Amino acid sequence: MTLDEILDSLFPAGHVIARHADHLFLGTGKRADGGTVEVIGITDGEALGITGILPLADRVLDIIAAGGTAPILVVVDTQGQLMSRHDEMLGLNEYLAHLAKCLLLASRSGHPTVGLNYGKAAAGAFLATAGATDILIGLPGAEPAVMDLPSMARVTKLPQAKLEELSKTTPVFAPGLASMTAVGAVSEVWDPAKPLADQFEATLAAMPAHDVRDTLGAARGGRPVAAQIARRVADQACGVHHA
Amino acid sequence: MTDMRHIEAGSVSWFLSTARERLTRLLDQGSFTEFLPPTERVQSPHLALFDLPAAFDDGMIVGRGRLEGRDVLVAGQEGQFMGGTFAEVSGAKLVGLLRAARDDAKLPRTVLLLLDSGGVRLQEANAGELAVAEVMRAIVEARAAGVAVIALVGGRAGAFGGAGLTAATCSAIAISEQGRTGVTGPEVIETNKGVEEFDSQDKALVWSVTGGRTRRLIGGADAYVDDSIAGFRGAALALMDRAPTFDLATLKAEQARLAVRAERLGACNASTEMWATLGVPDPQAIGNMDDNAFRAVVAGVEGTDHDAR
Repeated sequence: MTLDEILDSLFPAGHVIARHADHLFLGTGKRADGGTVEVIGITDGEALGITGILPLADRVLDIIAAGGTAPILVVVDTQGQLMSRHDEMLGLNEYLAHLAKCLLLASRSGHPTVGLNYGKAAAGAFLATAGATDILIGLPGAEPAVMDLPSMARVTKLPQAKLEELSKTTPVFAPGLASMTAVGAVSEVWDPAKPLADQFEATLAAMPAHDVRDTLGAARGGRPVAAQIARRVADQACGVHHA
Repeated sequence: MTDMRHIEAGSVSWFLSTARERLTRLLDQGSFTEFLPPTERVQSPHLALFDLPAAFDDGMIVGRGRLEGRDVLVAGQEGQFMGGTFAEVSGAKLVGLLRAARDDAKLPRTVLLLLDSGGVRLQEANAGELAVAEVMRAIVEARAAGVAVIALVGGRAGAFGGAGLTAATCSAIAISEQGRTGVTGPEVIETNKGVEEFDSQDKALVWSVTGGRTRRLIGGADAYVDDSIAGFRGAALALMDRAPTFDLATLKAEQARLAVRAERLGACNASTEMWATLGVPDPQAIGNMDDNAFRAVVAGVEGTDHDAR
């Protein structure tokens, strides 16, 4: 689906979404009951750098300041953070974390946050956007990843063929929607053959009350031990003893 | 005698110490209790696939102790094990610690994160990435519950990738000259964009872009410490009582601070240009001066001390 097809299917009652510089877009969509959904996003696989982050974060802060409980939809197609000595020099880590913090504050302030990955979503840009929402949805064809396999092969000094072979037996490192769903990053994959508006409403009706990604990862087998280890550490810290 | 040993321990190099050495020397003698210690043999279920040896703490040590009598929770990354990377087990240990701090008001109201990490462990990339996302959310939730989460950065691996974002999610960051923060490592930038973009072998360049002094000067770290256990101890004590509240006002202030930085320094192509723009009298000398001289320079630069994180 193209971005326009996605927006039309999500908001048959109408949407006003403006393209900005740096392949960003900001706007609103109408729900069937007349309610408003705030929409922010990055498109065309654009890399996310300092100039892209500031307007997105600013918009989220305006949404929080305005009050209310409008859901925020974060639509993501980004190749990852901008790889630039200039942006690193200016403290890109702070900018990416700032956007994530704004989205997390929005959630805490009563705005359900839904990430929708329809293209790429990688690494630091993933953490600042898709990874900072209450629930992350994928569309078929989405390519969430930490790093592409050829780069992974270079950095780990392992043959790419070996990584490809291993990725058939475990979802714990390989790029892609299937792996990211199995480890609990992606909650569900929507069906483009059905109206996205209905699927969006169903998602909003079933928002998790807390971070359930590790529990999902355990149930799906992609992250067999994370949830229980986090619980064990928390229990020990709180002085709860196991029998 | 105990005082003398403690003082000697305090002067030991943070950079050259292991995570366990940092923790035991940072905290009051005998006060450290570890959660899920190596004796419980909780190790990565994935490293064997790559014929890599596991560690019984997976390179992440979590627990509690006292810092000059103050109760604190602590987490330390071992930069020498798989680059201190976030992975399924190492990440989950930190997530559990932060969620405990968030939920139990009887626990210490300070978490010290001794970060020493290149980011996500690629062999467990998706688990590591998710762990960072969960850590960032848990830090925010803990901060909102009144917990001060302080990042201490001064190890060999620095705080890159997910660790760089984690540091910037904390209430405050203390950094030494050897400490570095960033997102994409210089080698990866060079591989992807070419040596013209970033010569990762040029140590002075790497340090000028990501190192402790430049971060302190542009407001990317809140305290600059000498490379010693005592230095980090002092900074942790100073920062833990000054943590900004996690709320709209703080994030709006951060938006303003980051926008101003982009505006003022965005046209700069080198760190010395940034420092000159900030009013540093002799930018070329930043790399060579001693810590005290550097601190004096920091004191003369506006915007280094802020509550906007």
